[in-house]
Amino acid sequence: MSALSDVIEKARADKTPDKVIEVLPYASLLGMEASYETRPDGENLLLKLPASKSNVGNPTLPALHGGAIGGFMEMSASIHLLMQLETMKVPRVVDFSIDYVRAGRLEDAWASCSVVRQGRKLVNVAIQMWQSDRQAPIATARAHFLID
Amino acid sequence: MADLDKIRKLCKLMINANPGDHFSTLGLRFVRIEQGKTVAELPYSEGIVGNPETGVIHGGALTALLDSSCGFAAVAALDELSLCPTMDLRVDYMRPAEPHKPVYAMAEAYRVTRQVVFCKGVAYQDDIDKPVALCVANFTRLDPEISAEMAKMIEPFLDGME
Repeated sequence: MSALSDVIEKARADKTPDKVIEVLPYASLLGMEASYETRPDGENLLLKLPASKSNVGNPTLPALHGGAIGGFMEMSASIHLLMQLETMKVPRVVDFSIDYVRAGRLEDAWASCSVVRQGRKLVNVAIQMWQSDRQAPIATARAHFLID
Repeated sequence: MADLDKIRKLCKLMINANPGDHFSTLGLRFVRIEQGKTVAELPYSEGIVGNPETGVIHGGALTALLDSSCGFAAVAALDELSLCPTMDLRVDYMRPAEPHKPVYAMAEAYRVTRQVVFCKGVAYQDDIDKPVALCVANFTRLDPEISAEMAKMIEPFLDGME
């Protein structure tokens, strides 16, 4: 067992996704947080991107960098899979596609992921990201990951 | 024709004017800016690692690199001084980037229409024929009035730059 798989196993057992973020440098760099919320259909992992100057791309508006938005969503999908699947390795991204539908303001943002299809090796994940209004997403994305 | 001198300065301003923003957090810089074309560099740093067991950088950091290089290729394809918000972007990851080495992104705007600039980009390390990632990204053009207003606001800063 590697140090990483220990962390993942414990985070799953204790339902402490923040512990996974701590060992993923890029998630920490973005300042991500994670927690579970209760939804009508059960528990759901919620990823948070707190408002931070370090994620700003256009200072005049100010607006979040499109890359920070994309990076956050892609990392959200990675963490979602690490918490939900059996795999002990970080899933490898194959492709990622994002639609920016509203400007990302310098405010807190959240993402929620759902596994659209899980095959033997490939997983398709859908990712939604919003700020003040969950019904008005700022970006939607999809990705394929390889799992071993 | 785009005024490349002004566009290079605008790019420099966007990248450097706001210490602590996402560009400086990633250490992103532009190596080249030509008419509708850019090359950007993402240095390797521990902070962008996605897999702590291998030291391979996260795809999200490559998305940021490609979004930036394509975005400025779009800006550098326009006759007027403007900025282009990303409409959508797709990245295909060909191979993991080798740790402890920078990643470069070469981007090109291959079609400019009234509303949209179509771009493509390739991320690579030593050999552009062995890409780390490929991307297509489309950017929206701002209304001419908004662009003109923005240019009026920004040009005095650009004139004062080296």
